[in-house]
Amino acid sequence: MDTMKLQKRAPMSAMLDPKIVLPAIRASFAKLNPRLMVKNPVMFVVEVVAALTTVIFLRDLVTGGMNLGFTFQIILWLWFTVLFANFAEAVAEGRGKAQADSLRKTRTESQAKLLNGAGHDFKLVPGTSLKVGDIVLVEAGDTIPSDGEVIEGVASVNEAAITGESAPVIRESGGDRSAVTGGTQVLSDWIRVRITAAQGSTFIDRMIKLVEGAERQKTPNEIALNILLAGLTIIFVFATVTIPSYAAYAGGSISIIVLVALFVTLIPTTIGALLSAIGIAGMDRLVRFNVLAMSGRAVEAAGDVDTLLLDKTGTITLGNRQATAFRPVRGVTEQELADAGQLASLADETPEGRSIVVLAKEKYGIRGRDMAELGATFVPFTAQTRMSGVDAGGSSVRKGAVDAILNYIGGGAAQAVATGNAVRAVQPSLNSDTAREIQTISDEIAKAGGTPLAVAKDGRLLGVIQLKDIVKGGIRERFAELRRMGIRTIMITGDNPMTAAAIAAEAGVDDFLAQATPEDKLKLIREEQAKGKLVAMCGDGTNDAPALAQADVGVAMNTGTQAAREAGNMVDLDSNPTKLIEVVEIGKQLLMTRGALTTFSIANDVAKYFAIIPAMFLAFYPQLNVLNVMNLSSPQSAILSAIIFNALIIIGLIPLALKGVAYRAVGAGALLRRNLLIYGLGGIVIPFIGIKAIDLVVVALHLA
Amino acid sequence: MTVIGWLQIVLFCVVIVALTKPLGYYMTRVFNGEKTFLSPVLRPIEAGIYWISGVDEKREQHWLTYTVAMLLFHVGGFLIIYGVMRLQAVLPFNPAGQVAVAEDLSFNTAISFITNTNWQNYGGESTISYLVQMVGLTHQNFLSAATGIALAVALIRGFSRASMRTVGNFWVDVTRCTLYVLLPICVVYTLFLVSQGMPQTLGDYVDATTLEGAKQTIAVGPVASQVAIKMLGTNGGGFFNANAAHPFENPTALSNFVQMLSIFALGAALTNVFGRMVGNQRQGWAILAVMGVLFIAGVTVTYWAEASGTSTLQALGLTGGNMEGKEVRFGIVASSLFAVITTAASCGAVNAMHDSFTALGGMIPLINIELGEIIVGGVGAGMYGMLLFVILAIFVAGLMVGRTPEYVGKKIEAREVKMAMLAILVLPLMILGWTAVGVVYPAAVASMANAGPHGFTEVLYAYTSGTGNNGSAFAGLTGNTFFYNLTLGCAMFVGRFFMIVPAMAIAGSLAGKKSIPPSMGTFPTTGGLFVGLVVGVILIMGGLTFFPALALGPIVEHLAMNAGNLF
Repeated sequence: MDTMKLQKRAPMSAMLDPKIVLPAIRASFAKLNPRLMVKNPVMFVVEVVAALTTVIFLRDLVTGGMNLGFTFQIILWLWFTVLFANFAEAVAEGRGKAQADSLRKTRTESQAKLLNGAGHDFKLVPGTSLKVGDIVLVEAGDTIPSDGEVIEGVASVNEAAITGESAPVIRESGGDRSAVTGGTQVLSDWIRVRITAAQGSTFIDRMIKLVEGAERQKTPNEIALNILLAGLTIIFVFATVTIPSYAAYAGGSISIIVLVALFVTLIPTTIGALLSAIGIAGMDRLVRFNVLAMSGRAVEAAGDVDTLLLDKTGTITLGNRQATAFRPVRGVTEQELADAGQLASLADETPEGRSIVVLAKEKYGIRGRDMAELGATFVPFTAQTRMSGVDAGGSSVRKGAVDAILNYIGGGAAQAVATGNAVRAVQPSLNSDTAREIQTISDEIAKAGGTPLAVAKDGRLLGVIQLKDIVKGGIRERFAELRRMGIRTIMITGDNPMTAAAIAAEAGVDDFLAQATPEDKLKLIREEQAKGKLVAMCGDGTNDAPALAQADVGVAMNTGTQAAREAGNMVDLDSNPTKLIEVVEIGKQLLMTRGALTTFSIANDVAKYFAIIPAMFLAFYPQLNVLNVMNLSSPQSAILSAIIFNALIIIGLIPLALKGVAYRAVGAGALLRRNLLIYGLGGIVIPFIGIKAIDLVVVALHLA
Repeated sequence: MTVIGWLQIVLFCVVIVALTKPLGYYMTRVFNGEKTFLSPVLRPIEAGIYWISGVDEKREQHWLTYTVAMLLFHVGGFLIIYGVMRLQAVLPFNPAGQVAVAEDLSFNTAISFITNTNWQNYGGESTISYLVQMVGLTHQNFLSAATGIALAVALIRGFSRASMRTVGNFWVDVTRCTLYVLLPICVVYTLFLVSQGMPQTLGDYVDATTLEGAKQTIAVGPVASQVAIKMLGTNGGGFFNANAAHPFENPTALSNFVQMLSIFALGAALTNVFGRMVGNQRQGWAILAVMGVLFIAGVTVTYWAEASGTSTLQALGLTGGNMEGKEVRFGIVASSLFAVITTAASCGAVNAMHDSFTALGGMIPLINIELGEIIVGGVGAGMYGMLLFVILAIFVAGLMVGRTPEYVGKKIEAREVKMAMLAILVLPLMILGWTAVGVVYPAAVASMANAGPHGFTEVLYAYTSGTGNNGSAFAGLTGNTFFYNLTLGCAMFVGRFFMIVPAMAIAGSLAGKKSIPPSMGTFPTTGGLFVGLVVGVILIMGGLTFFPALALGPIVEHLAMNAGNLF
């Protein structure tokens, strides 16, 4: 993976960056607004309790109460607990805000050249007045006023504003490179663009909202977790409000402030405080990978993905096939075949064609020749002939799909040829030894994962050029890792089954779908989903759109069409399909971080009970001091230490919440054992140490 | 503690594990509607019942319909018990001439029996007629047990089905459970108990002349048939006030052992039913292992506490453990084991007075119930209670593997968590809430026989037992008062039905979900890690909820006792 790019936007530790911390501190107070707090039930309860005790404290201050200094400190820490939670959220948001600001700069007022009719007459209008369906002209130097589809022309466009990548990209009408984004700049040539997004809902607008977290909605798992936390809070309400009655029975009484302290330390404030920060940070991690998730739900779903559909070309193999061998038929030398092959490819600008020229040169020292010198005319590839070649000096050279060449030689003898499967299609024209030999060679090549390209010169079959897909380095290991994560990979390719099987075996994918049409893809996704699996895929073409929409996680390439970008629930700005794997990891990390901190938060309660319960009842059941295992110096210092620990742990865990718990592909059992040990057992032990340490400090400072 | 003592405990565990698989196999067939070896005899009866009651056995119900059917069924059960208790004086089978039972006591008893609690604020032989025992109580012993099992099976179906709207047919499940599972076992079991010397008669109480020449009335009755189902169905309501400590209700060491086995048998077998229905018996064994770990821990503490006695007893020269409140016939091991079993399951039959246990020995029964009686538990109730905890455990920890948590192929999402939380909230609300009222409300405080932490524990135990539908009493507390009849009735009702409805909602929600095939990324729920995790979650959740109350009850009592203070 291009780790270079990942670091491109990785900010320095947000906790230390004054540009983030200072506004975050301000925001912590602004977020005290109960209407905002109520979205977070646990912290809202803490705020209400803090407010109520403050009122009681003020009353006691006037009427004269006992232990005012102690009460004041507890109340102070209650407010700190709420503020720390707000701070965590503000820091997480702060990182996105910085990015949103830079995006906003690209959205400056621009003039658009609105075309009327088919001609080149335009009038200048403000970019903001454009409506969906308007057609504008964008020329070199202009900023594209809004999202749209290129309907005519081709231009190089600088999309650095959204991708951070300064190298220009080509945008042209038709095909899969037709989408343009508002705010990007045309560098050369001109295009006509049909506007597809209304003002305020353009790609950049959505991006700003996303990174700012303005439209952040709770994800399904977050909702479920919030219910659990609210339930735990209610349990602890019962556990604490019944204590005064028990105490009264035992002939004692318990002050409200002590009960409040017990209550606040017991309810899951740690995870309650960090929950939204975890979610925001998860989205932010994706953004730093240059992936935009249209919803948090999609990020979560990514963690759950069971099946990954990957396009062969560009994802599993390098984009282009390359010629690797010349396989002549009997009676023809390799040299002869290479010469003819090169001649046929001289004018062929496709990567395959160029690789043939290069191979001939490297292997047989045949220099590239100049077409004009030879007086040759190029016969381009068409979908009908499925071959290309050169006519020069009375001789003609053709190269193309095996069946197409056989057809060409046989003079239309094989009318019944079916498209697609080269092997099957050749059957009717197996009428000569040479044809049969070509057949055998191409079968061998296909079985080895290559693509055969037959070459004929002046009606004579010379042999076959072997084109081979080059599997990307390291991809096999990635798939092994995915398998350990429990994810099945399926390769999608237009190749015939034999070729596909060979490449699948070489790359180490679990399964493949050969000769895939968009309908096949959609069907495969539906089948997997019917089995209860979650499917992720990426795509760029318009014909990928239905599959992208159907998949649980559909990552559209930014270079793709508008239709694909709208259908997917994520957009990869770098248009790198391999990134699906990272997206899955980020999703898993998000869920793991939530689980780890919830476990930690609940496990913490054990120590807090041992701190507060003996202190609480000491006045009337001195025997309970046996439970004071931490040997805290006094009831007041015990209670104070517990509540201080409870508040400070929030601050202490902010970096973990932002960074996320590290994911390792080691299998679920091993992962759980490890995390249970760290966050479960650690969650039980750490507060014993922490509270004891704070108690020592509290005593040393004479706070209690 | 002795080797012989431990051998008894081990023998008990071995027999339960050995029974689990065959019983589980049989019950799975029963609830899948398949043929069993009893079908030739019972099938015509079963078909007849459906024909008379107009039930279409092929037609399955949505979870809500299932639940409503169950609730209506219990309204009927309540009215029958309440009716016969109020009218027993004018109804037949009343040789002892019992008069009408008071309104509040009838209310309490009716709730108690329909909820499978069998809390007894009445003395069986001194208050109610044979007719009430048989028509009112014994029949509910069968039906409340069958209901519990039916509900557990419905929840299990939720896990085992995929993309379905229904969870079974309540009427069919209850009928098949009663007919194929409870009745046949009870017939054999009753005969066994009679062979051990237990009375089974509709005749009058027997008058005997004692050696001093005084006249003594010895209560008898259809004891064996009621004892069989009270144990097997984890009802626990004794025929006699002394329950299983009464020589007629528990005549021999063998009857004691078999009674203990019968408390756990069906509950343990349900774990196997679960495993079979979800297609992997190891899933069932893992659940049984969770129960087993908690059970053995509990037995160890209670046995240890009772066998080591107290410093106070030793100061008086009484060595050999705490025999106070225990039948000499059973001794320390059988009493400790019985106490842990009866509270782990929601049986509530007792063969010793839990009130007289040492503070820590008596704390274990209390904790067993407070944890929700999920250690084997009440028939059916233990299984669905345990599954609620499993859902929570899986939800919290399952996230730590980086996936939406799933259990046996089902995603655990907001709805399941919400319902599981709602069900579990019932425990602290009823137990802690009513205890808080009970220890300060003057009319309630008057019922306490002991002061200090021990009195507190009595009240706590009463509401714990009621909410958990256990029915055992800590004794010492006078329960037959207007206050306790009403509040305990409330605790029993809420403790049963406010747990069932959310559990059934989960069944419905799960049944409608797709089933996800397991992969490397799914955390395995059959191994030791899973068992440890669920045990941990149960202990921490239970511990956090009840720690303050326990600290003020048994814990402080134990500490005070060591310092020489008794209550």
